[in-house]
Amino acid sequence: MNIVVCVKYVPDAQAERTFSESDKTTDREHVDGLLSELDEYAVEEALKIVEAGDGEVTVLTVGPDGAADAIKKALQMGAHKGVHVNDDAIHGSDAVGTSTILAAAIEKIGAESSVDLVMTGMASTDGTMGVVPAMLAERLGLPAVTFASELTVEGDTATIRRDNDASTQTITATLPALVSVTDQINEPRYPSFKGIMAAKKKPVQQWSLADIGVDAGDVGLDAAWTKVEAFAARPPRSQGQIVSDEGDGGQKLAAFLGEHKFV
Amino acid sequence: MAEVLVLVDHVDGTVRKTTAELLTIARRIGEPSAVFIGDGFDTAKEALARYGAEKVYRTASPEVTEHLVAPQAELLAQLVERTSPAAVLVPSSLEGKEIAARLAVKTQSGLITDAVDVQAGEGGGIATTQSVFAGSYTVSATVTKGTPIITVKPNSAAPEEVSGAAADEEVDFTPSDAAKGARITSSQPKQATGRPELTEAAIVVSGGRGTAGDFSKVEDFADSLGAAVGASRAAVDAGWYPHTSQVGQTGKQVSPQLYVACGISGAIQHRAGMQTSKTIVAVNKDNEAPIFELVDFGVVGDLFAVLPQATDAITSSKG
Repeated sequence: MNIVVCVKYVPDAQAERTFSESDKTTDREHVDGLLSELDEYAVEEALKIVEAGDGEVTVLTVGPDGAADAIKKALQMGAHKGVHVNDDAIHGSDAVGTSTILAAAIEKIGAESSVDLVMTGMASTDGTMGVVPAMLAERLGLPAVTFASELTVEGDTATIRRDNDASTQTITATLPALVSVTDQINEPRYPSFKGIMAAKKKPVQQWSLADIGVDAGDVGLDAAWTKVEAFAARPPRSQGQIVSDEGDGGQKLAAFLGEHKFV
Repeated sequence: MAEVLVLVDHVDGTVRKTTAELLTIARRIGEPSAVFIGDGFDTAKEALARYGAEKVYRTASPEVTEHLVAPQAELLAQLVERTSPAAVLVPSSLEGKEIAARLAVKTQSGLITDAVDVQAGEGGGIATTQSVFAGSYTVSATVTKGTPIITVKPNSAAPEEVSGAAADEEVDFTPSDAAKGARITSSQPKQATGRPELTEAAIVVSGGRGTAGDFSKVEDFADSLGAAVGASRAAVDAGWYPHTSQVGQTGKQVSPQLYVACGISGAIQHRAGMQTSKTIVAVNKDNEAPIFELVDFGVVGDLFAVLPQATDAITSSKG
């Protein structure tokens, strides 16, 4: 079983995230980056599948030099090898562009040894769109079973369970397939000391756009199919009224709600 | 005037409020045409007409409904090809975003997700507003290629009633084999709580770690306000409340008129799911909880004392 896990290097959500003034893209220079937390669940699930049988987990990322850290973390957790698509022309790619690059990289990986499963987190923690998995499946011609809170792979069938607004669904697809996972699916492991040492020796390939046959003119900021026209920090909330409960906190709360016509 | 396709969100023909919102938004930028997939059109027709749908394209083909989103994206792509719409509006649900993603690739069109406002832009385009980075920034964006495909968050517009013809047309459509790769083998409806649906509710009351697993006071308070009940990730991870009620980055994104956080500290992941709420209220024992930075009104106190008192006051004020 060969599994490719797509991971993203994102600005730390605990830090003050912003946009770069010059081109209105996400500012990645002034905020520390890390492996998107939601992708750790995909890495963990892939490792569990391979550990229960056989095969390899390849971790794939698209991003600038710093994105190597996202691969490193996944290798420390136990992934077998990494692929980093890094090219100046990628900067500013939207979801459509990113899915183009990921699809081409996965096709190149698959040309060496066929890929049975493509796995991703449910969304990145920066853009939070959650659309790249479906775009990727569309481009690769794969069935997608998304937002999995449980996954079983038996033979050539992947079965997931997921909750949507109205129901809990069971969904099956025949491999090869794409699976995106939620934070309900498992508890990602912390890298062990052994894992950290082993990761240093694991192979990481660096590919340019030319290496994967993607035209630089088809991706990046200028080729994006959407454009950020403006961004503005949300005005700080005016200091709210805070009261201490001295036996009448509930009354005060009810009074506030009454004044503002919520009752 | 160009058509604007609106994908209808419904349960067996009962149209959700988000669809009324989308039809209202569609009227700002063109002529609303609903796309109805599944059973129950006879029930849905009246609601679609009431919110101004001039046309309804519909199919109840099991080949579409038994499979996950790919056939729906194919159907929409066929309609986009045929009608050259000014835009396609899709609810920002889990399925909605996935359909929109596939549709964008199929039709070579730009995609904007989680819009909180959609307006006719200068020079004939469409301008959207999004709230990003856990609500700390507002972004205006446009689609520069193809047909604008926009997923819209609930509560982004007040539904306006206006009579539409809702002239229906059954669409002749057969999904490709490739689109039938993911099959829905079972679907269990969510247990009805009698409370409003979380993402649509005008008022949401959520409980967190501070409930210590006892949501009864949170629920009583919510019921006095006719509110939906949500939960923080800590409460869900502890098994105190179902995952489907989780508010936050990895759960539901809510944007109600009033959000009441009870025993929730306000980690960034939680704030990402509720920070665009119009009015925010918190009850928490810890006066240094980050949630108090966001609130319009806060009570530093024990939710087990504060909520029952507030519930009683609200109930008695209603007489």
